[in-house]
Amino acid sequence: MRELTYAQAIQEALAQAMDADPAVFLMGEDIGVYGGAFQVTGDLVHRYGEERVMDAPISELGQAGVAVGAALAGCKPVLEFQFSDFATLAMEQIVNQAAKLRYMLGGKVNVPLVMRFPAGSGTGAAAQHSQSLDAWLAHVPGLKVVQPSTPADVKGMLLAAIDDPDPVMVFEHKLLYKMKGEVPEEPYRIPIGKAHVARKGRDVTVVATSIMVHKSLEAAETLAAEGIDVEVIDLRTLRPIDTATIIGSVKKTSRMACVYEGVKTLGIGAEISARIAESEAFDYLDAPILRLGGAESPIPYNPELEKAAVPQAPGIVEGLRNLVRGRL
Amino acid sequence: MNAVGKIKPNARPFYQKYSAGQLKEALRKMYLIRRFEEGAEEAYMRGLIHGTMHLSIGQEGSAVGATMALRNSDYITSTHRGHGHCIGKGADPKLMFAEFFGKEEGYCRGRGGSMHIADVATGNLGANGIVGGGLPIAVGAALAIKKQKRDDVAMCFFGDGASNEGAFHEALNMAAVWKLPVVFVCENNKYGMSVPTERSMAVANVADRASAYGMPGVIADGNSIADVEEAIDEAIARARRGDGPTLVECKTYRTRGHSRSDRNRYRTREEIEEWKARDPIPHFEAELMAHGLATEAEVNAIRNSAEAEIAAGIEFARLGTDPNPAEVTRDVYSNEAA
Amino acid sequence: MAVEVILPRVDMDMATGKISKWHHKDGDKVAKGAALFEIETDKAAMEIDAPADGILRNIVVSEGCTAPVGSAVAWIYAEGEAVSAPAPAKVAAAPVAPAATPAAAAPVASAPAANGEAPRATPLARRMARQAGLTLSAIAGSGPRGRIVAADVRGAGEAKPAPVAAPAPSTGSVQNLHVPGSFEVIPVDGMRRTIAARLTESKQTVPHFYLSVTCTLDTLLATRERLNASAPKGAGGKPLWKLSINDFIIKAMGAALQKVPAANVTWAGDSILRHKSSDVGVAVAVEGGLFTPVLRAVETKTLAAISAEMKELAAKSRARKLQPSEYQGGTTAISNLGMYGIEQFTAIINPPQATILAVGTAVERFVPVNGQPVLATQMTATLSCDHRAVDGAVGAELLQAFRSLIEEPLLMLA
Repeated sequence: MRELTYAQAIQEALAQAMDADPAVFLMGEDIGVYGGAFQVTGDLVHRYGEERVMDAPISELGQAGVAVGAALAGCKPVLEFQFSDFATLAMEQIVNQAAKLRYMLGGKVNVPLVMRFPAGSGTGAAAQHSQSLDAWLAHVPGLKVVQPSTPADVKGMLLAAIDDPDPVMVFEHKLLYKMKGEVPEEPYRIPIGKAHVARKGRDVTVVATSIMVHKSLEAAETLAAEGIDVEVIDLRTLRPIDTATIIGSVKKTSRMACVYEGVKTLGIGAEISARIAESEAFDYLDAPILRLGGAESPIPYNPELEKAAVPQAPGIVEGLRNLVRGRL
Repeated sequence: MNAVGKIKPNARPFYQKYSAGQLKEALRKMYLIRRFEEGAEEAYMRGLIHGTMHLSIGQEGSAVGATMALRNSDYITSTHRGHGHCIGKGADPKLMFAEFFGKEEGYCRGRGGSMHIADVATGNLGANGIVGGGLPIAVGAALAIKKQKRDDVAMCFFGDGASNEGAFHEALNMAAVWKLPVVFVCENNKYGMSVPTERSMAVANVADRASAYGMPGVIADGNSIADVEEAIDEAIARARRGDGPTLVECKTYRTRGHSRSDRNRYRTREEIEEWKARDPIPHFEAELMAHGLATEAEVNAIRNSAEAEIAAGIEFARLGTDPNPAEVTRDVYSNEAA
Repeated sequence: MAVEVILPRVDMDMATGKISKWHHKDGDKVAKGAALFEIETDKAAMEIDAPADGILRNIVVSEGCTAPVGSAVAWIYAEGEAVSAPAPAKVAAAPVAPAATPAAAAPVASAPAANGEAPRATPLARRMARQAGLTLSAIAGSGPRGRIVAADVRGAGEAKPAPVAAPAPSTGSVQNLHVPGSFEVIPVDGMRRTIAARLTESKQTVPHFYLSVTCTLDTLLATRERLNASAPKGAGGKPLWKLSINDFIIKAMGAALQKVPAANVTWAGDSILRHKSSDVGVAVAVEGGLFTPVLRAVETKTLAAISAEMKELAAKSRARKLQPSEYQGGTTAISNLGMYGIEQFTAIINPPQATILAVGTAVERFVPVNGQPVLATQMTATLSCDHRAVDGAVGAELLQAFRSLIEEPLLMLA
C-alpha cells in the first residue's frame, strides 16, 4: 500500500470530504496560499478555491463562533487552529456554545463542526505553543475529542469526525505530521469512541494517547528483550472513552499504566485509572496503577528541559519494568 | 387595505409600507411581549417558576420593529433579554411559557429555560446566556447563507454591554471582511447591568463603532417601532443585495431591573418615570389612531386578545409534562450511544 | 557519613519484620553492640544491636510498623555530623502508612484485622486467596512493604496441595453464633498465626500414624533420686543439678535415635535427610502459645548438662527471647503433658521432623509379675510418625529402644 505522512493523510481526508459534500468547508489562519502553519492544507486552496479554504482574520473566538453559526445553518465547517494553545482564546464558543447548544435547545439542533488542534511539545516553541489541552476539552459533555496517532487513523477518524452530527475536536501531535504510514486511498471511517490494541501483550496494559503510543511501543520492544510482554492500547478517543477495551485488557494483564503528554495531574490518566478502579477490572489488579504524564510545569524552551517535561521511552521502560517487577 | 380609513399623506414610510392589518398584528405582538413578561414575572413571584429572567419591558418597539421585515427563512440570534425577539420572530407564547415552566412541551423541552429559548423552525437560533455569545454565531449563519447562495439575512441582537466584548469586534470585522448578510441590532438600554454606557464606552454611540469595521452605523429611536423598522429595513435590503452588514443601534430603556435580583440602586426613579412616559406601546397606538389605521375599540380588542392568549399559555404550561430525571443526559449527543 | 540501620533478616523465610520496640529514641547516643531495637518475627522477638557508635537519627520505621528485610529503619550519625532528611521516600514513606493502621483498627474489636495489622495485598491477590480459601495473613508478601501479590498466593496454593476446603471463618461470622458481649475477642498475633498455619498444614498434609508404649519408671525414679542426692554443692551451697524425669526422657530419646538411625530423619520432599546427631526439640508452653527449643546432640550430653540447658531454654522461651537458631532444625520433638495428669495423648508432628513423642504422667498401678500383683510406677509414651519418612517397624524399633533406656537408665551410659 502507498505511504502518506500524517499531514498528507489529513489533507487527503479534507479533500475527500469536500469532494463528497459541498457543505464542508475549511477555515483557519494561513490555511490558504500559505498552506497552513504545518502545511496540512497545502495546495487545497488552489484545488477548491478561497470560498472553501478560507483564510480567516486572527480571531479565534470569532472563528469558533462562525463555525458554530455555520454548522447551525447547514454547513459542515472544519476549523484549523494554528496551535492548540489558541483554543484558550475560543473557549467561550467551544464550551458554552458548540458543546451545549444541542442540549440547551432540547435536542432540536445539531452542531456538526470539526476543530483541528496541532498540539504537543518537541518543536522548541515553548510554553504557549506546546501544550496538550485535550483533557480540558474532554471534560466537556457535548464535545467529542479524538487524538489519532497514525496516518491511517487520522484520515479515517477525521472523515468520521466530519460525518458526525456533533462537534468533534481533533488533536494532532505536531511531531506526528511527518510520520509516514500506509494509508488506503479510498475514503474510509474509523469509528469515534473505539480504542485500538496497538500491540498485544501479557504482562501489563499501557493505555497511551497520540505520540505516547509510539513511545510506549518503543518501550515495549526494549522490555520484550527482558521478557516483559507489554500490551499497548491506543486510546484514540478521549470522549467517549472506550472503557470496555481497557477493562478487558487489564483483566488479562493485571497491571495498568497510562502514558500521556498532557499534565499528569487531572489528566486523562486520572480518568482511566478511576474507571478501572470503579470497574470489575479492579479485582484483577496485581499492582498499583502507574501514570506517566507531563511534568507539573509549562513546557520549557531548552531542548533537554523540554524532553524532561514529557514522558520519554527510557522513562516509560523504567516505569513499566518497576511495575511488572513488583517494585511499585 | 386599512380597516378604518385613509393614511395621512404625510405619514412616514413605515405606515405607507404595511397594511393596517400588518400594523395591528405588530401591535398585538408588542402586547404579547409585554403581557408575556408581566405574566412570567407574576408566575415567578408566585413561585411557579424558578431561576431568573431578564425582562425587556419598555423595549418592545425595537424587538417588533426589527423583526417585522424578516422572513421565516432569515435567522436571528438573540440575548439573555430575548423574549421580545422570540415573539417578534414568530414564536408561540404558550410554548415559551412551557419552557419557562421547565416542561417537555417547551421549546427546549425544559433544558434551556428563559435564557435559551430558541425556535429553529422560525429561524430563531436561540437566545444566549453569554454576553456577546450570539455575535459570531450570527456571522457563521450568514456565512452559511452566502455559501448556500440564498438571499436571506442573519439578524444579530445584542446589548450595549456586548459591544465591549472581544466577540463583538471579531464578529463585526469578519462580517465586514467577508461582506456577509448580517444585520447587527444593538439594543442600547443605557446600562450593562448597572454600569451606564458613559462609564463603559469612550464613544457616544455604539453605532460609532461601525466605522472601525467599514460598515454603516445607524441610530434609531428604539421606543418607536416605526423608526426602528425603517432603519432595519434599509439594513436588511443592503444585506440581501450582498453589500454586507450594517450596525443599527436602537436607543431604548428597560423599565424593569437587569434581572429578578436587581434592586435598582444605580438609577433614579425620575429617570425610570421619564422613560415610562415614552412607552413604545401607547406611542404606537396613538400613531395608529392618528393615522386612522386603528380605532380605540380595535386597540382594546387587540389588548384583550393578547391577554387571553397569555392566560391560556400559562395554563397550558402549568399542565405540561415534567421531564424525567432519568433522562438528564438525553440530547447531549445526537447519537445517544455516545 | 551516617551509618544506615537496617532491618536484618533474622529468620529463614522472613520477608518483612515488625519493629516491636525501640530501646532508644531519636537523638539518643547509642553504643555499637548495644541493643537498639526489637523485631517481632512470626516466631519470636529479637534484639538487634546498634551497628555503630553515635547519635540515633531519622527513625523511619516506628514501633508497631513493618518494613521489608534490608530496608533502612534509622541512621546513626557521628556526633556533630549534619543530619540530612530521612532518605529516599522508597523506604521512608513505606513504613509510615502501616503506622496508621493499628491505631485506627485497634479500638474496633470486630474488625477482621483484629491484630491491628491488615495484610497488604493487591486486589487480584485478595480475590485469588478468597477463591482458593487461603488466609492472607498466612501468606508472605514479596512485593514492596510486604504486599502480597498474585504470585505469592499462587505459590502458597501450590505449597498446599490440599488447601482448607471451606473458606476460613471470619471473625464476624463466628461472632454471630454467640450472644454479643458473652465473649472477649483475642487478637491473633504472629505466633498464634504461625502455630495455626503450621499445624494445620501438618495435620492436613503429613500422614500421621501413632504407636504407644507403657514404660515402668521405678528404676528410673530410684536412679534419679540417687543422682540428685549425690549432686555436689555449688558456690551458694546449691546442688549443681536437680534432674527431672523429663531430662531422662530427653536423654533416652536422644540415645534411642542413635540406636535406630532410620528414625532420626526429616522429610525433605524429594529426599529424606538422615541426621547424625540427635537434636531433640522440647515443647515449652508459654503465655498464649508454645515454643519448641532444640537441644542439640543430646547423645553427647550428660543428664546434668541437658537439665541445665533445658532450664535456660525454657526461661528464654517464656521471655520470648529465643533465637531462630535455638528453635529451628530439630530431628524430633517431645511434648510432655505429664505435669497436668494427662495419661495419654497424641501430638502433631512439626514438619519437616518425622516424629514427635507425646509423654503422659507417671501412674502407680498393680501389674502382674509372675501371676502376682506388683505395684509399679508407669507412664505411656505415644510416638507420632510421618509415614513418608518413618514406617511402622522403624517407629516401633525406636519406641522399643526408648522404653529399654527409660526402664534401665544405666543403658544410657553404655
